[in-house]
Amino acid sequence: MSILIDNNTRVVFQGITGDSGSLHARACLAYGTKIVAGVTPGRGGQKFEDKVPVYDSVEEAVKQEGAEVSCIFVPPVGAADAICEAADAGCRLVVCITDGVPVLDMVRVRRYLEGKNTKLIGPNCPGIITPGDGPGSTGGCKIGIMPGHIHKKGPIGVLSKSGTLTYEAVGQLSALGIGQSTCIGIGGDPVAGLDFIDCLEMFNADPQTEGLIVIGEIGGNAEQKAAEWIKAHMKKPVAAFIAGRTAPPGKRMGHAGAIIAGGKGTAAEKIAAFEAAGVKVAPTPADMGSTLKSLLK
Amino acid sequence: MKIHEYQAKKLFARYGIPVPEGEPAFTVAEVGPIAERLIEKTKIPVVVVKAQIHAGGRGKGGGVKVAKGGAKEATELAQKILGMQLVTKQTGPAGQKVGRLYIEQGLDIDRELYLAMLVDREARRVAIIASPAGGMDIEEVAEKEPEKLLTVHIDPLIGLGAWQARKIAAFLGLTSNKETLKQFVAALGAMYKCFVAEDCSMLEVNPFVVTKQGTVAALDGKVTFDDNASFKHKAAWAEMFDPSEEDPIELEAKNVGISYVSLDGTIGCMVNGAGLAMATMDIIQEFGASPANFLDVGGGATQEQVTQAFQIILKSPNVKGIFVNIFGGIMRCDVVAQGIVAASKTLGLSVPLVVRLEGTNVDQGRKILDESGLKIQSATSMGDGAQKIVAAIRG
Repeated sequence: MSILIDNNTRVVFQGITGDSGSLHARACLAYGTKIVAGVTPGRGGQKFEDKVPVYDSVEEAVKQEGAEVSCIFVPPVGAADAICEAADAGCRLVVCITDGVPVLDMVRVRRYLEGKNTKLIGPNCPGIITPGDGPGSTGGCKIGIMPGHIHKKGPIGVLSKSGTLTYEAVGQLSALGIGQSTCIGIGGDPVAGLDFIDCLEMFNADPQTEGLIVIGEIGGNAEQKAAEWIKAHMKKPVAAFIAGRTAPPGKRMGHAGAIIAGGKGTAAEKIAAFEAAGVKVAPTPADMGSTLKSLLK
Repeated sequence: MKIHEYQAKKLFARYGIPVPEGEPAFTVAEVGPIAERLIEKTKIPVVVVKAQIHAGGRGKGGGVKVAKGGAKEATELAQKILGMQLVTKQTGPAGQKVGRLYIEQGLDIDRELYLAMLVDREARRVAIIASPAGGMDIEEVAEKEPEKLLTVHIDPLIGLGAWQARKIAAFLGLTSNKETLKQFVAALGAMYKCFVAEDCSMLEVNPFVVTKQGTVAALDGKVTFDDNASFKHKAAWAEMFDPSEEDPIELEAKNVGISYVSLDGTIGCMVNGAGLAMATMDIIQEFGASPANFLDVGGGATQEQVTQAFQIILKSPNVKGIFVNIFGGIMRCDVVAQGIVAASKTLGLSVPLVVRLEGTNVDQGRKILDESGLKIQSATSMGDGAQKIVAAIRG
C-alpha cells in the first residue's frame, strides 16, 4: 500500500512535448511510471518517444487510455486552465509542477475544484512518488521531478513544502536503510492544493506507513494547524523540520509563501506548535533521518 | 513588487476609487507650481508634501508634512524632505533615501478608517479587512483590540457582493449618511476590481477617510503586485518599477534568474531549491556562524548561472567563505562541478570553499572537483559541510 498512487496508476502528462515536460516524462517512464498518454493541444495523433500517444485534450486521454492522474508541465500562463481541464475530464488527482502560477489564478482554481472529486498537488512542487522495489527504487510510480534513485521502498511517509529539502530527507532515510511508502511535495505557494492535514489523514489511514517526516517552512500557519491535527488524531510517530529559523522578517525566501509577515509565521512559532503536539523536531536539517529513526521501535 | 503611493493612487483613480488631487514631484523646483495648481483647482489653501518610499511609517519618520502657507511653504518643506534619509520602523536604521515626492490637496477629515485587501492563504480567498481605527498601526490594533477588525471573504466567482460592502459599511458606522454609504459601497467595489485586474497580492489604504462634507477618499495607498503575474503586466509594471528601492545585488541576481537575499553574516551560500537554501542558512547558524545570503540557484541551473551565482555572492564585502550545498535532482552534479571550477578560476577565488554535492551524477561531479587542482574542501553531508566552512573561516 501507499497513498494516492501506486505502480498501477495510469498517468497523463499535460505539456508532454515541451522542454521540461518531455525531459521528465522520459525520466518517469524509465522509473516505471505508467504514462498512458500525453496532451499537447495541436499535437494530437503523434507519439511521444514512439510509444506514448499524444492527444489534443485531457478528455480524450481519459476516454481513450483510461488516464486517472494528470501531471502538469504547462507554463504559468496556461497552468490554471490545465488544472481545470484535468478536473473537468475526471482525473482523480492532478499534480501541477509548474512554478510561477499567479495566486489569483489559484484562488479561482480552488473555487472551481470545490465539490469535485479531484485532488490537487502543487503548483510549484516536486510532485509525488511511491518507490518500487527494483534497483534504484524503480518499478514504483514517480509523478514529478524528484530523482528516483535516491528513494527506497519502505514504511515512512515524507510530506513537505520544499523540493530539494525533501530529497535531503529521503537521502538521509535511505542512507539509514529506512525506506519510504510515499513522498509528497505539496509546494510552497500561498494558495495550493492538498495541504498538510489532507495528506496526514491519508498517511494515518495507510497500513504501510509506520511513521512520517513532515517538513515545513516559514510563512502562514499550515504547520501550526497540522500540529493541532497531529495532536488530536495521529496514531503514528512524526518527526519534523522547519526551514527558515534564520530568515529575516519581511523578505520572501524564494517560495512565494515563505515570508514572515507582521511577525507571524516564524520558525520558532511552528517548532513550538509541533513540540506541543508531541512531534520530535530535528535540531538541524542534517538530523531529519536520525530524528525519525529515534522514534521507531 | 511594491509601488509608490502616487502610482497606487493613479491606479485607484483609473478604477474609480476616489483619491484627493495630487501630483508627483521629482525636483524641488516642481513643487511650487504643483502646489499653486492644486490650490487653484481645489480652492483649498492647504497642501501636503509626502515622501515617496515603499516603506510604511512615513508620517512618524518625518516624511509627511502639511503646508498651510501655500506654494512657498510647500517648497520649503520639499527642500527638507527630498533627498533626506528617511528612517521608519520598516526601513531599518539606515533608512531609505527620498527621491520622489507627492504633493496632495489637504482635506477636512471627519473620520479615518482602515481598509485592506489581501489573499488569505487559509481561506484561499481574497479577504477584505476593515477597521474604524484608521491611521494607526493595524498590527497593534489586531493585537490589542481585535474586535475593531472585520474580515470578509470574497467568492471569486461572483465577486464582491453589495451586501458585503454594506455589511462592512455598517461595521464602520457609515450607514447614517445615505450619500456616504453609496460612495463607500462604490469605492469598495472599485477596489476589488482593481485588486483582481491588476493582480495585487496586497492593497492597503490607511487611512481611508470620510470628509466633513461626507465624501470618501483613499488618503494613502499601498499596493504590492503578485510577482508570479508579471507576465500579464510586463510594460505597466516595468514603468512603475523603482530600482532605487531595491537592494542592487538582489536586483542583479533577479535579472539572471537567481533568487537572492542579502543577509549580514560572513558565509556565502549557493544552494539549489528554496527550502534547502533556508535549511543551509539554519545549519550554518547552528554551528556558530552566520550566513551572508540566501541564494537559490534554481532547479535547472546552467554552468553559466553557477558562475554568475559566485560573482553575486562575492559582491558582498563580508563574505569570508563559501558553502555550496547541492542536492541534484534535475540539476546534475557534474554541471555544477564544472561551473564551480570555471568560476573559481575566472574569479581567482581567495576565500575558503566547501562543496557538498549529492544526487544525480554525484560521482562525476566529485571527480571533476578532485581533479581540478583547486583548494576545494569536499563534504560528505550538509552537516559535515557546515562544520567545515565554519572551521575554515575561523582558520
